[in-house]
Parts: sequence; structure tokens; C-alpha cells
Amino acid sequence: MTLLEMKDLTVEYKVAGGGLPAVRGVNLNVDSGETVGIAGESGCGKSTMAGAILRLLPATTKVTGEILLDGEDVLGMGWARLRAVRWSEASIVFQGAMSCLNPVRRIDDQIAEPILVHAKKGDATATSKAIARRVRDLLEQVGVPAWRARSYPHELSGGQRQRVMIAMALACSPRLIIADEPTTALDVMVQAQVMNLMKGLVKETGVGMMLISHDLSVISDVCDRVAVMYAGRVVENGPARTMFTDAVHPYAKALTGAFPVIGDPSSRMAPRGLPGDPPDPRELPTGCPFHVRCPMAIDECTTNDVRLRPVPGSSDRAAACVHVGHEPALAGPASGGLGEDR
Amino acid sequence: MTETTPPVLEARGLHVGFGRVRAGIPAIKAVDNVELAVGRGEILALAGESGCGKTTLARAMLGLQKPFRGQVLHNGVPLNYSSRGLKAFRRKVQLVLQDPTGALNPRRTVYEAVAEGLRIHRIPGNEKDLVAGALSLAGLRPAERFFNRFPHELSGGQRQRVVIAGALALKPDVIVADEPVSSLDASVRGEILALLLSLRDQLGLAVLVVTHDLGLAWNIADRLAVMYLGRIIETGTTEEVLAAPSHPYTKALLSVLPESNHMQPIILQGEPPDPSNIPSGCRFNPRCPAIVDGSAERAGVVGDCLTGALPVLPAYSPHMAACLLHRDTGMVIHSGAAEATV
Repeated sequence: MTLLEMKDLTVEYKVAGGGLPAVRGVNLNVDSGETVGIAGESGCGKSTMAGAILRLLPATTKVTGEILLDGEDVLGMGWARLRAVRWSEASIVFQGAMSCLNPVRRIDDQIAEPILVHAKKGDATATSKAIARRVRDLLEQVGVPAWRARSYPHELSGGQRQRVMIAMALACSPRLIIADEPTTALDVMVQAQVMNLMKGLVKETGVGMMLISHDLSVISDVCDRVAVMYAGRVVENGPARTMFTDAVHPYAKALTGAFPVIGDPSSRMAPRGLPGDPPDPRELPTGCPFHVRCPMAIDECTTNDVRLRPVPGSSDRAAACVHVGHEPALAGPASGGLGEDR
Repeated sequence: MTETTPPVLEARGLHVGFGRVRAGIPAIKAVDNVELAVGRGEILALAGESGCGKTTLARAMLGLQKPFRGQVLHNGVPLNYSSRGLKAFRRKVQLVLQDPTGALNPRRTVYEAVAEGLRIHRIPGNEKDLVAGALSLAGLRPAERFFNRFPHELSGGQRQRVVIAGALALKPDVIVADEPVSSLDASVRGEILALLLSLRDQLGLAVLVVTHDLGLAWNIADRLAVMYLGRIIETGTTEEVLAAPSHPYTKALLSVLPESNHMQPIILQGEPPDPSNIPSGCRFNPRCPAIVDGSAERAGVVGDCLTGALPVLPAYSPHMAACLLHRDTGMVIHSGAAEATV
């Protein structure tokens, strides 16, 4: 069932001299027991979107559209309800475990905090003994030995700290976990350990997970579906496997090409990048925001801002590109009116 | 590598340590007897997890860290640690760091950043032409347009190009690049790697690139050395090492890469032990999958794995792995890939 539903979500930061549109109309669902990946470069709006889901953005930020968590509108919630929802319905694992843990408090106290805050009065599970047991269970679940419970963050390695962050996110048994670059600062081996752990959690507990990463190869390994974002919009979404091997949108293609497959002769001594830089959200190009960097751009791209449309021959893929549904070589007249989402 | 020309940069029996020195031996042996050589016009990748000593080794090869035993040689001449000797050496051996934002002074223009080295080394010639030449070599064209820009006006990829231009201005023989793309976005990553490759082709520049990313090695490196806990444990051409990894550690590292779906992931438990407490015998034995699955025992080497001493791999060698499973062949790996290359 649908756990998280975003409908035409837009987020605009308030900056000197007007608004800065960071997310521009995103439609996305996450189901229970499903892992959805969000890929894109820095500045594409992926972390802003994550922040918007739990309303963690500055108060001046303008968020429009709809965010439904289990059918409940997050944007319309009162503060009390919102506080109850954070941690217990949905929680976030941030990327910098170093800066997200309090350096002067022991990790068991930090993991216990959300449990204490969310305990109802007279709750039998909120005795100090029960909480201590729960913390130890959580640590074991994420692969940190329980005797580490009384440690301070600096006594743990980077991988262990990230595991503690995951244990905190699990503390109130949320139904949705948003992981924002959870392994970016970690080594490959530790990254594999942490990703394996998260895969296991989704399988065993049936939570829904949104995994945000710039690394499409990690996403394709862990996620069921993936959405690639560019300039605040989803430009392609579909099953993670096919996205990595057979992306349709030129940007998604470039992003997959940036992570070489070792042993693939075509990438040996031939690193692939994408010339140019992501656009400034205040001065987006006309038409398709990607056309300035796009190797397949045609004249129409400068005027026609194509929205997501189904990829022919598949039921579960969509891409926002003029060429989708047309032969790439043909610059034939595409009907702009059909370019609406869904 | 021919016998006549010495390598541009070479480490011979290099030991680098930190902490209290007892009987001439420091408490922490970060680099523990390493042989490594970068030939003229060669790109050598040095790979390993954080804490394995790869950055310390790179720093020692730059003369930033004095070894307590062993030598660094530049064009066959041992490095002279007097301040005049180091200055001459640093003109020819340049450094490119991971984070270009931290490497550039935010209050200096691009021109000043590139000209600084020219002034320090009193390079004769028209400074403006030299700066412009270095910037356009680094792919910032037309160079004059960038002269008066400040780092904050540039994108991450452009900043890294400025850092590379600053290194190129001094016409070095070799660049030591420590994780040159790990702070950059996926699409920019390929562009910077392509730049390093083209500099090698155009100028015959040698590069020692320190990385945790084996995909990067596959993209640009001629040879690859894998480091674990202060030692090189496998070395050979990139094709040999990545197509036929032979050390259990290299195998595990490759198997956990997200796109290595043909391999069963070997997820090593725990983290690398710390270099103040190097295990006796083979230093990888506490985590070695070959010991866990009994293949070391069947080969009759497990006793030596735990107690025996491992030989040090030579700098220039055929594909070799410092693993007792390959003791019969003197650690030399005979793979199909070996004959195809060289």
C-alpha cells in the first residue's frame, strides 16, 4: 500500500531578491516494504525534498502541493501532531553521522531520547529498564555490540556511528525511513555493510525506505525503483535495474555512465562525464532545463519544457524528454500538450 | 619500464610512523615497508580503505613527511630534506587535493592562485602568459575570462581545474592527486579524470592518484597498487588486478562494488585494525575470508598466515599478491590478462 505520496510538490526557498525554486513539481510514491532511490547531483533538490517530507526546512520556505504520509496530509498538520509523526511514523538518517550525534552524550542516551519523548504516560514500555533493553536490542539489530552502549561517539568508528544513526531512526519503529546519503562518507567495505543492513531491515520489518544518493550504482543495487532528479524535477523514473543498464533520459544516461563498470572495455581509459554544470535555480534555461548540457538537444528543446511521459513499451517507466516516444534522430513536431505528468 | 630511465618518483623500503619512538621505531607504523614507483608518463593508482596509510604514503612521497627508514627518490636521486632540496623537489612534484574549495584561498583570484607558485619558484618568463597557458591546459578557456574570478564564483569542477592549473604552471614531472574527484559530482568526475588522462597524453605527465575508488583506477590508471594496513598487498597492471584479483582483500573490495553483480559479495566484518597494533603473520589474517572458509587450511598455509612473515612486493613486478595462497609461484599471479598486456 502507499505509505508516502507526494503530489506536485514544490519547494521555494526565500533568499534575498526573491524565491529560489529548489523542487518544482514532484510526484512520487513510496510503498511499504519498498525502497525507492532518489539520484541526482548536488543542487538538484533531492535533499530539500527529503526535508520537506518531515517539514524540516526553514519556516520561510514555501512548500506547495501535497505530502500524504499514510493518507494524512503532512503540510496541514499542527505542531503537536507533527512532533508525534517525526520519529514514530517517519524518520531520517542524515549523512554526517559525525555532526548529527551529540559528542558529549553516550550513545545509549541518544538512542533512548526519541523513545522517551514519544512514550505515552503510563506506558509499560517506558520504564528505564525496558528502554535500556530496547536500546541494546536496537544496537544488536544494526550490528553494534551491545557493550558499546555506554560509549561516546568519538570512541566509535565512522561505520559504527552511522549504524548508531540508523538505530536512532529505528527507535520508534517508524513505517518510513528517509536515508539521505547514509554512506557517502564511508569506505566501500563499510558502505557495503551498512547497505546490507538497510536491505535486511526493509525485508524483515516491511518499512518503506527512501534512499537519497548521488551514486546511481549504489541505488541500483539496493532499490526497487529509482527517480533521477535534475533541476528540481524528476526527469526519469522506473525500476532501478533497468535504469542503470538502459536509461532513457540523456541526463540519466550520463549519470549512469559516470560510474564505470569494472571490466567493461568501453570505459577503460575512457572516463565519461558531462560537460557543463547544473543550472542555477534562479536562472533556469528556457524549455527543457537540461538542453544546455544535453548531447541530444534539438531546437525544440529550447522551448518545449517536456514533463514526464510514459516510455513506450514499458508499463512502469517514465521520462521527461522530447525524444521519448519518438525516434531520436527525428526532429519532428512533438505535441507539447501531451507532456503532462501521468 | 626500461632499465635505463629511473622512475620519476619512487619509494624504496619506505617506513613512515607517528607517535612515541622506541628503539628507533614509532608506535604507529602507518607505512610499513613499501616499494612503489611511478614511471615517466605513467598513471599509478594507489587504492585502499581509509586508515590504510595511502595518504601518509603519498605525503611521504611528496616530502611532507619524513620516513624513519627507507628512501624517496626523484628521477633516481634520493630526496634531499634540506629546505633548498625540498623546494626544488616540490617544483617538480606537485600536489592536487581532494577538496578544491579548501585548497583555494577564498580571497584570492584565480590568477593569483595560479601565479603564486610561479612567484615562489621565481619562474622566468611573462607571468600572464604562463598563467593563461596553465589555465587553458587545465581546460579553463578562454583563460583571460577566469583571471579575475574568485573561487566562490566557480563550480566545484572549475575549482578543481584551477587547482590543477596551479600545479601545471610549474611544469612538474609528476602530480600526486589525493582523491581528486571524490568531492565532485558524478557528472564532473568524468570530466576531471579525462583531463588527467589528456595531460598525460599531451605532456607526458606522470600521476600518482590516491583513491578508495577502484572504478577510478579502471577509468584512468595504467597500474594499480592495493594497500592494506601500511603494506602494498597486490600490484600489477590495472587490467590484471581488477580482472583477476588474487589477494582475498582485493577480491572482497571488488565484490562489494555495487555493479559487480557477477560476484558473490564478500562483506568483510569489522573495520581495518589500527596501525599501532598490526597483527603478527599476515596482517590481513583477522579478517581473511580464506581463513574463515578453510581454503587457507586446505592449502596448508594457515599456520604461516598467523605467524610467518610476508615478503614485500617489489615496485615493478608482474602481477603479484602478498598472499601465502600464492606462495608456490613466489606470489606471482599467472593470469590470462598478464600475457595480453605488458
